[in-house]
Amino acid sequence: MRGEAGFPVRIRFCKRGPVRFIGHRDVARNFERAFRIEELPLAFTLGFSPRPKVGFGLALSVGHESDAEYLDVELTRDPGSGGPGGLDRFPEAISAALPDGIDVTGATPIVDRALSLQEAVTAVEYRIEVTCVAPDTPGVASASEIVASIEATVASVLSAPSLEITRTRKGREVAEDVRPAIRHMELLEVDAAVASLHLELATQPRNARPGDVVAALNAVAGPTGLVFAEWRVLRTHQWIERVGARLEPLEADPRAPVRKAWAS
Amino acid sequence: MSSLWPRIEPLLARVEKPARYIGMERGSVRPEHHPGKVAWLLLYPDTYEIGLPNQGLQILYEILNERADAVAERSYAPWSDLEAELRASGVPLFSVDTHRAAGDFDVLAFNLSAELVATNLLNCIDLAGVPVRAERRSPEHPLVLAGGHCTFNPEPFADFVDAFVIGDGEEPVGEITEVIGAWKRGGRASREAVLHDLATIPGVYVPSMYEVSYDGPRIAAVEPRYADVPERVEKRTVADLADWPYPKRQLVPLIEVVHDRLNVEIFRGCTRGCRFCQAGMITRPVRERPIEQVRTMVEDGLRRTGYDEVALTSLSSADFSGIDGLVADLVNEQSGCGNVGLSLPSLRVDAFTVGIASEIQKVKRTGLTFAPEAGTWRLRQVINKMITEEDLYAAVEGAYSQGWRRVKLYFLTGLPTEMDEDTMGIAELAKNVVAVGKKYTKQATCTASVGGFVPKAHTPFQWFGQNGVDEMRRKVSMLRDATRRSGVQLRWHDPEASFAEGIVSRGDRRVGAAIEHVWRNGGTFQEWSERFELSRWLEGMAAAGLDPDWYVTRHRDENEILPWDHVAAGLHRDFLWQDWKQALAEHGLPDCRWTPCYDCGVCTQYAIEHVVASAVAPAGGSQGTGQDLSTGGAVPVSLLPTRVAT
Repeated sequence: MRGEAGFPVRIRFCKRGPVRFIGHRDVARNFERAFRIEELPLAFTLGFSPRPKVGFGLALSVGHESDAEYLDVELTRDPGSGGPGGLDRFPEAISAALPDGIDVTGATPIVDRALSLQEAVTAVEYRIEVTCVAPDTPGVASASEIVASIEATVASVLSAPSLEITRTRKGREVAEDVRPAIRHMELLEVDAAVASLHLELATQPRNARPGDVVAALNAVAGPTGLVFAEWRVLRTHQWIERVGARLEPLEADPRAPVRKAWAS
Repeated sequence: MSSLWPRIEPLLARVEKPARYIGMERGSVRPEHHPGKVAWLLLYPDTYEIGLPNQGLQILYEILNERADAVAERSYAPWSDLEAELRASGVPLFSVDTHRAAGDFDVLAFNLSAELVATNLLNCIDLAGVPVRAERRSPEHPLVLAGGHCTFNPEPFADFVDAFVIGDGEEPVGEITEVIGAWKRGGRASREAVLHDLATIPGVYVPSMYEVSYDGPRIAAVEPRYADVPERVEKRTVADLADWPYPKRQLVPLIEVVHDRLNVEIFRGCTRGCRFCQAGMITRPVRERPIEQVRTMVEDGLRRTGYDEVALTSLSSADFSGIDGLVADLVNEQSGCGNVGLSLPSLRVDAFTVGIASEIQKVKRTGLTFAPEAGTWRLRQVINKMITEEDLYAAVEGAYSQGWRRVKLYFLTGLPTEMDEDTMGIAELAKNVVAVGKKYTKQATCTASVGGFVPKAHTPFQWFGQNGVDEMRRKVSMLRDATRRSGVQLRWHDPEASFAEGIVSRGDRRVGAAIEHVWRNGGTFQEWSERFELSRWLEGMAAAGLDPDWYVTRHRDENEILPWDHVAAGLHRDFLWQDWKQALAEHGLPDCRWTPCYDCGVCTQYAIEHVVASAVAPAGGSQGTGQDLSTGGAVPVSLLPTRVAT
């Protein structure tokens, strides 16, 4: 990432609607084009093929939506806050150059050499919707019975000391304990056969994805006869936790305003 | 009609690359449909990644949407996983712009740019809920249209397509819209009536308006069924590209596609006269875009799309008048955000080209591609690709000495009069190229990419019997042996695929039954090597009672009525036959842009002319610039025998 000296800016954006079907790398390419359309003073890497210095956070799975995506981009100079081309105008201007559904919702200058988003983010919150096919048995379960079954399943996940599921890492199937990464899970509502859950997952030392949690639910749902399947996923927050503080990434690495003199 | 999106969305969670089906590209529109407007669905019968960049489709998309009486949306062939989902849940093919059912459009207009997409054409029509055979459609079904280079022999597709547009589509789409609009206002009475009206538009070929009779396997006659339907359909040609600065709003896909960059067409047509090249024959004359318009299109396009690369496209971009100045300007111009890359597809083989390339690739010099097409000077004279070995080695020397490490060479095998020494010449040339490169860098490599020659309609080689699968295989294996441990990397096109292409390339109407058989037996995406099986095509031909060799490997004679003779690209049949004889006599033909007219027929017949800014050939251009290309006398056609390797 070395190259021209820069003025790093952190941007928060959402990814909603049909555009959720594009992948992480595609999002990056769309941002690079949007930056060029808006003629941002991008800083470039050195070398044979100079690239703009853009760092993305945790990948979001294809098909998942988010209100809390982040990227760091390095500019060659301070764009200022007000005025045309200023940081205050970033959300509106860059959103206009991005595909429908990807909108910039905040931009702030950050310190030089801030820890990259990938390393800094420690927790992610989601609202997920899962279908939970009720047992195909005579005497259909009532709505309240289904709610009770789901709550029981959630409770068994949370009370389990460990929960081994199979997931694919680098093309290979591996058994992994996902329980340590599940920090919080709560049933929000059940509508028809779709249950909404709130999740908080750790990203370190090992991350878990919403799909892993669905697998965990299925691993313990046996007695209830429910079968869960991921339907919609919305990432709602990302958190940077350090020395006891829990910070929203836009607020985690603020660039100190240039001071004329030491405060008295 | 409402959007199918709510029914499509759940399916997308289960397929590969779901973003192929969401649309939303910068430059796309969500047009408002109205009963008073003619609704076009423009389809590219291959995947989104291949179809999206197609310039022809994008040009028509804009032109139609600018009209008050038309709307246009787009669709691409769904990959097999989505196809299965669509069929299982009863959802029809849809547009990517507003996810409207294909069957709700008035027109399904296909771009046919390669033979083997034929079965995808059928699949798309079927997924739209429309009978695949034109004769079984009723007035409420959309009209199925097709354009693109493959339609210069429309006959293999005649059973499935209601009407073809031959040549440049910019003008006829408007005229077609008016005819269909009137038909709609009249209550969509009979399909026959609207097809009859369409057949009177210049450049529009309606196969059902023609009766084909046979004399044994041969065509005896092709006759129009009505007096006002032309005996021959002449192609359409845009006289001046300056009038058509399209696409103005090139689509910017959200996902990666082929040719993922700004593309600006700098000229259309080519008169280099390579005898194997259909594109060069059917797109005459040369029409350059004014250089100022090119600059504006590049500048506006980069600013609007955010791309950091632009390609100046044409059939031979180094031939554009003033190309060196244009390239220098574009390379030195910096956009607001960093460097803009420039690419020139289809470059000639000479030192001038290397000069331009070094101007473009100032820093990163990885690969450079040349297309000598044949291995010996003798054979290059036959195909009129007049590149001397000196030209090639000078170009290659220039490339390696200026820092390039990889040179790629394109060749054809199975060309007319090709003997084993010509084939082996490919290996010879490539090995010499490696040797030149080794003088400059140890890392020098050369890739020789060998395609099997498939003769095409409206070229001097349309009478030539294509090499069979075994013969092409033999040549490929000869080359493999000759290039082993030589530093040459050999790539080749599957000879079986070339054979199937040959069936469609010069097929007649009867071949339609074979295509349908291939499709009904699951043969979609035949352009994709992992999906292609020749056996399906041979079964299809057998089921239709047709002999594939009669279509593919047989030489035709002068008097035979060819299936596409009633479609005209403007080239006199006499000219093509004469050029075929010249080919067999190993005589080249100069480029008529800069040398006197030899009357191929196009300019004189259509009262159009070259639009070329420079009266002289570009410096260093080898063909038509001082080489002795005096034509020989008439030589009787005799095909040299193919020597068998011992």
